[in-house]
Amino acid sequence: MTTTESRPTARKPAQLVDMSWDPITRIIGNLGIYTKIDFANREVVECHSTSSLFRGYSVFMKGKDPRDAGFITSRICGICGDNHTTCSNYAQQMAYGVKPPKLAEHITNLGEAAEYMFDHTLFQDNLVFVDFCEAMVKATNPGVLARAERTAAPRGDVHGYRTVADIMKAFNPFEGEVYKEALKISRVTREMFCLMEGRHVHPSTMYPGGVGTMPQPNTFTDYLSRLMRVIDFVKKAVAMNDDVFDFFYEALPGYEEVGRRRVLLGCWGAWQNPDVVDYRYATMNEWGRAMYVTPGIVVDGELVTNNLIDINLGLRIMLGSSYYEDWVNEQPFVTHDPLGNPVDMRHPWNQTTVPVPQKRDFDGKYSWVMSPRWYHPETGQHLALDTGGGPLARLWSTALSALVDTPYVKATGDSVRISLPKGEKLPETTLEWRIPKWSNTIERDRARPYFVAYAAAMALQFLEEAMGMLHSGDTKVFENFEVPDESIGCGFHEAVRGVLSHHLVIRDKKIANYHPYPPTPWNASPRDIYGTPGPYEDAVQGQPIFEENGPDDFKGVDIMRTVRSFDPCLPCGVHMYMGKGRTLSTVHSPTYGANHG
Amino acid sequence: MTTQRDTTEVRDEPGGAEAPSGFDEIHILWISEGMSCDGDTVSLTAADQPSLEDVVLGLIPGLPKVHLVNKVLSPSLGGEDFLAPYRAAARGELTPFLLVIEGSVPNQNVIKGDGYWTSFGNDPETGEPQPLNWWIDQLAPKAWAVVAAGTCAAYGGIHAMAGNPTGCMGLADYLGWDYRSQGGLPVVNVPGCPIQPENFMETLIWVLQHAAGAAPPPPLDHMLRPQWLFGKTVHEGCDRGAYYEQGDFGLDYNSPKCLVKTGCWGPVVNCNVPKRGWMAGIGGCPNVGGICIGCTMPGFPDTFMPFMDEPPGGTLSSLVIKPYGAVIRRLRGLTNDMVNHEPRWRHNKRKLTSGYDPHWRA
Ligand code: SF4
Ligand code: SF4
Repeated sequence: MTTTESRPTARKPAQLVDMSWDPITRIIGNLGIYTKIDFANREVVECHSTSSLFRGYSVFMKGKDPRDAGFITSRICGICGDNHTTCSNYAQQMAYGVKPPKLAEHITNLGEAAEYMFDHTLFQDNLVFVDFCEAMVKATNPGVLARAERTAAPRGDVHGYRTVADIMKAFNPFEGEVYKEALKISRVTREMFCLMEGRHVHPSTMYPGGVGTMPQPNTFTDYLSRLMRVIDFVKKAVAMNDDVFDFFYEALPGYEEVGRRRVLLGCWGAWQNPDVVDYRYATMNEWGRAMYVTPGIVVDGELVTNNLIDINLGLRIMLGSSYYEDWVNEQPFVTHDPLGNPVDMRHPWNQTTVPVPQKRDFDGKYSWVMSPRWYHPETGQHLALDTGGGPLARLWSTALSALVDTPYVKATGDSVRISLPKGEKLPETTLEWRIPKWSNTIERDRARPYFVAYAAAMALQFLEEAMGMLHSGDTKVFENFEVPDESIGCGFHEAVRGVLSHHLVIRDKKIANYHPYPPTPWNASPRDIYGTPGPYEDAVQGQPIFEENGPDDFKGVDIMRTVRSFDPCLPCGVHMYMGKGRTLSTVHSPTYGANHG
Repeated sequence: MTTQRDTTEVRDEPGGAEAPSGFDEIHILWISEGMSCDGDTVSLTAADQPSLEDVVLGLIPGLPKVHLVNKVLSPSLGGEDFLAPYRAAARGELTPFLLVIEGSVPNQNVIKGDGYWTSFGNDPETGEPQPLNWWIDQLAPKAWAVVAAGTCAAYGGIHAMAGNPTGCMGLADYLGWDYRSQGGLPVVNVPGCPIQPENFMETLIWVLQHAAGAAPPPPLDHMLRPQWLFGKTVHEGCDRGAYYEQGDFGLDYNSPKCLVKTGCWGPVVNCNVPKRGWMAGIGGCPNVGGICIGCTMPGFPDTFMPFMDEPPGGTLSSLVIKPYGAVIRRLRGLTNDMVNHEPRWRHNKRKLTSGYDPHWRA
């Protein structure tokens, strides 16, 4: 159902080779990708993605004080821990019936904006872009590199590089100019984060009910002065990325098919609007739609819903290829939501995690990741939504909903316009991200720098509002609450790489059930009970191979670009598979930068 | 109070099988496949004094040339390509190397039959995942030094909390507290959830200087932490300390005053973060409004939960704070002693003692 239609071509007899990449590098967590590649027709025939790490938060959170949930769940992820804390606090605030003071929402929003800027920059420039750097392109498509050397970079006036190959050189790991600058920028943006949330990765100032951050003038001016220092880098990053990605389409006709899936995107929304949000379940649709990134499910280019209540009720956690026992015969925790709607047994509120370690079998169970799906009431299908690596779904959903209308960011129905002020060298700039033709590897990657610009622009607005409150003497950042005996809550947020939800059930003032669903289980999920492949599997399976190397010195760069375009991060639950046939060759050339494994 | 009496030096007579005559080159084999969030690697990229790229590019004088192998930062495409140096080291063909373990070590012995809790690459013979434990068994005896990055690797951390199904533990619990590397060092623990970036970098630099033959081994305390980083308490470096001394306590998180009544464990936790900030002097915990939850400690997290309540003992010591003095120091010394222990379920035996019950319901 979700598989992209295969391309009609005159087919040669298949020459199948099993190839695997396990572990995958330049991601966080344990991911293995196992494929069968047809070298005669230059395409990937089969793909399995597996994660070899079990961690068990939903198991050991039971019976604990619910107020501890944000502190503990932060530790689910070493790169976006604060997204978990924030999401957990959202869920707890619903359960406790507490609404944090407005200034606390601004501080949280500023922290999250810095997190998006930091994490996307580090990931795109220091991890993903290595696949597009000069050394890598030389090793995989020397013809393309030669062409890049002859191709003038169209946006050179913005970023300062003369040719496309010059940009690629600047991305060489540890040595390239942009690689090094990105590491520095990722530190400045992290400092901005620490000003709001205390520590990165695992924040220290976030509580259910608000924040502990001391709102002082310098809290905000320290942030602002750093933001202004990164604003030109952001403009340059968009221009450089656009130049390289446009060049790839042009240099390798058909590259749009790499990592292409049906448009099946999910976004749970980010940045609460402090004037609207009250954390009540009954009004979740209204405050959800008031978020500064609009939640939404986009199928084949159409917006299915942006109502968080519909989104919540449609969640299903499926098994099929995962190392767990089914919980379908247990007692449900929540039979109806606070509005009286029935809640499915496969919904996170009702899940019980029972791990069963076992052998890996690609015909049976092969991953520690479960298979989250969204039940589409109109078709009765369980959709394997992906997050587009985060930004693609966020921009797409926001653009289609056309609800965001702020001085710096405007959604138009088919695009998102982002205005950034004058920086040290570059003038005031308005960037426009337009809904692309495809949901594929390049568009996932392209959306990322645009979203960094989006985050920088929204941060300016949050700063203005926060400073306004401070100047008027309104500095309350925390609201007290009581933990009720029995309650439920859910939180919806965007981790950097996409959808994030936390579902919580409280009984006797203790956690009776807690299930966090971060983006990577959505993206990295294995085949579910219906045999529907997860998004990585689906995106890789059937994709063409453009790398010039044959089976003997094959590096799999197109496959790795696809997997990395999703911004994989598996501490929250992935490895490439050698099929069940014979391993003919596992080919990976050792190093691109000297001395790196 | 000082934690002086807890900082028994376990600096060994330098020189194990390989005396540090000074290496010109060293590999850092970093394995992040322990049960963890990989946050220590991410945190390390925040270090700027010096930065990781400075070390890798050889810009810090007096260190051996460093070949860093770390999954997150590796330019390789992955798989065997990436694993090659680890495989060579396991065969004994790559020396010297420094082994960094990130994440807590699960107990494979509690699994009945096949399966694994976490793996790193595949076993070339069977094609099945190669458990982390196998790698540690192979590499720890051959490593010139072993560094535990973060509280998970040092003492078990979050994944070893009560009710866990994996029987997780810290590296020294796994290898034995009397383990010594080829360079004659015990496991070097750099706790923190995650590591404070500069704390880790400084420790790494000291170990590398030691490898170059330019420094003695780093001084470690009885929990194998670098003394200069963990020898003082949070409280002793907290800029809210004066409020504490004046008996002026915040009653909720809106307050700039001392946070002990709202959950801060600072008086008994060994950590330098409020003094040092999180990065470039910015951020931290109680100094910016976060309660100290004891994330660097052997008993973390269980000993410190529920986090948002006043620590037991805090009531008494904050009550008698005005006639403070020797009594407080003694009381705190006792609590500091108590929190400097790991729960008993962190061991490598066949029985799962963390209290995990798959069908437990509240
Ligand atoms: S806030 Fe915590 S560390 Fe600071 S003085 Fe109070 S108790 Fe001590
Ligand atoms: S002050 Fe406490 S919570 Fe903060 S880093 Fe140190 S031990 Fe962890």
